[in-house]
Amino acid sequence: MAAEKVILAGFGGQGVMSMGQLLTYAGMIENKNVSWLPSYGPEMRGGTANCAVIVSDTPVGSPIITNDATAAIVMNLPSLVKFEGNLINGGNLLINSSLITQKAEREDVKTYYIPANEIAGEIGNSRVANIVMLGAYLELTKVVTVDSVIEALKKVFGPDKQHLVPLNKEALERGAAAVK
Amino acid sequence: MAKVLMKGNEAIGAAAIKAGCKYFFGYPITPQNELPEFMSRELPKIGGAFVQAESEVAAINMIYGGAGTGARVMTSSSSPGIALKQEGISYIAGAELPCVIVNISRGGPGLGGIQPSQADYFMSTRGGGNGDYRHLCYAPATLQEAVDLTIEAFDVADQYRTPVIVIGDGMIGQMMEPVEFNEPTKRNLPEKTWATTGTEGKRKPNIINSLALDPAELEKHNIKLDNKYKEIEANETRYEMYKTEDAEIVFVAYGTTSRIVKNTIEALRAEGIKAGLIRPITLWPFPNKAFTEIPAAKALLTVEMSMGQMIDDVKIANEGRLPIHFYGRSGGMIPSPEEIGNKAKEVLGGVK
Repeated sequence: MAAEKVILAGFGGQGVMSMGQLLTYAGMIENKNVSWLPSYGPEMRGGTANCAVIVSDTPVGSPIITNDATAAIVMNLPSLVKFEGNLINGGNLLINSSLITQKAEREDVKTYYIPANEIAGEIGNSRVANIVMLGAYLELTKVVTVDSVIEALKKVFGPDKQHLVPLNKEALERGAAAVK
Repeated sequence: MAKVLMKGNEAIGAAAIKAGCKYFFGYPITPQNELPEFMSRELPKIGGAFVQAESEVAAINMIYGGAGTGARVMTSSSSPGIALKQEGISYIAGAELPCVIVNISRGGPGLGGIQPSQADYFMSTRGGGNGDYRHLCYAPATLQEAVDLTIEAFDVADQYRTPVIVIGDGMIGQMMEPVEFNEPTKRNLPEKTWATTGTEGKRKPNIINSLALDPAELEKHNIKLDNKYKEIEANETRYEMYKTEDAEIVFVAYGTTSRIVKNTIEALRAEGIKAGLIRPITLWPFPNKAFTEIPAAKALLTVEMSMGQMIDDVKIANEGRLPIHFYGRSGGMIPSPEEIGNKAKEVLGGVK
């Protein structure tokens, strides 16, 4: 792995920021070099949200991802439209097909359609759609192990929310299964 | 100590507390709000105090008062808020009090925008306030460096009895990176015999003041300050030389821009173009010496998120030796490695 540069995007409330933080945290647990850079602005609840995560074997230079994204995880249509162009040739494009009916325009990237909200609903909580997408992404790239993400989850949730770990673990597994 | 993943604003706050900061006075402004938020939560836990002032002017004068008692104090704001604090900073410099001021800067002039910018270079290095004064200005490029320099800033402020600025753009404030909190190199810090902590009837009162109506007395004070600034220039100047040994094109960039430039350098070197970077870590004192340590350089290319401010210092440091070029984006626009690389190629094309 040289450097994995992933853009995670959706609307506020879909958990794109925390999905990015989990990935970053997991990378740190594995002693990799990591950075997490959020978009910030005068955004309201329900507005657009995105973050750029870099996980690398070498020190992270610029934390910004421009047109060199190795992957994009898009949770809603505006995010697909906005970030499809940022991928490198052969990059991974993960589309939440529960909310995005449109197909990707680019043919030089590897596109995966994952019905994340439906899968999350099936396992009992639509709020883990982001974790389903993360599970798919990890299966494709192996940038960090699922175990590290679980460990990160435990740290981020704190002791009060340990009962949520099995649900999230299942979400990661179902996401992975969706792209196998 | 183990590394923790933190947001820049919070990491700077945690570093300040680690350094012994007990009192924080501030007024909210984006993109640094997580810093006062963090201090409001954490300072009461250690017996310190957080005060949200009614304005930036009030906050900096609370710093003036708090610093006068010898306590470690900090304020933070973003560009227009720091502009409002300049009068107080000048008074604090005049009264020779230690404090740390954090500027998580944004685009200007005026209220400008809230996206990352480096347009406060002049305000940070030329003195936004009145009078013959200087203050050290640290410009970290990573969150680890932001933590290390914030901790050190308190020691430096105490050692020289001076305000110290830590400046980062909005990216430094908003991004997350792993950080660890290390002990700074031990400094021999003088006792604060000047602090106004009550005489208990045992000594003459200490008076903190920046007014000196007698010109001879004021000049003496100015010379004393100047000597102190020369000492800071001699001892505290800091910079990084990155792949400069054989570099024909030498970039000059600081803060997050320097990280983008490092990406450019990797890309240029992959194409066989020898590129390097001088990265000032202290904006004042500016690392003039670095510009005598670039034996292969044919040209300098200053890259800033402004219309060109640091370039003035580059011109001074260069002493007319090399041609100096500029590339900048402003208003919250962030330059891409490709744009910078194209400018470098254009410059080199002109040199050959």
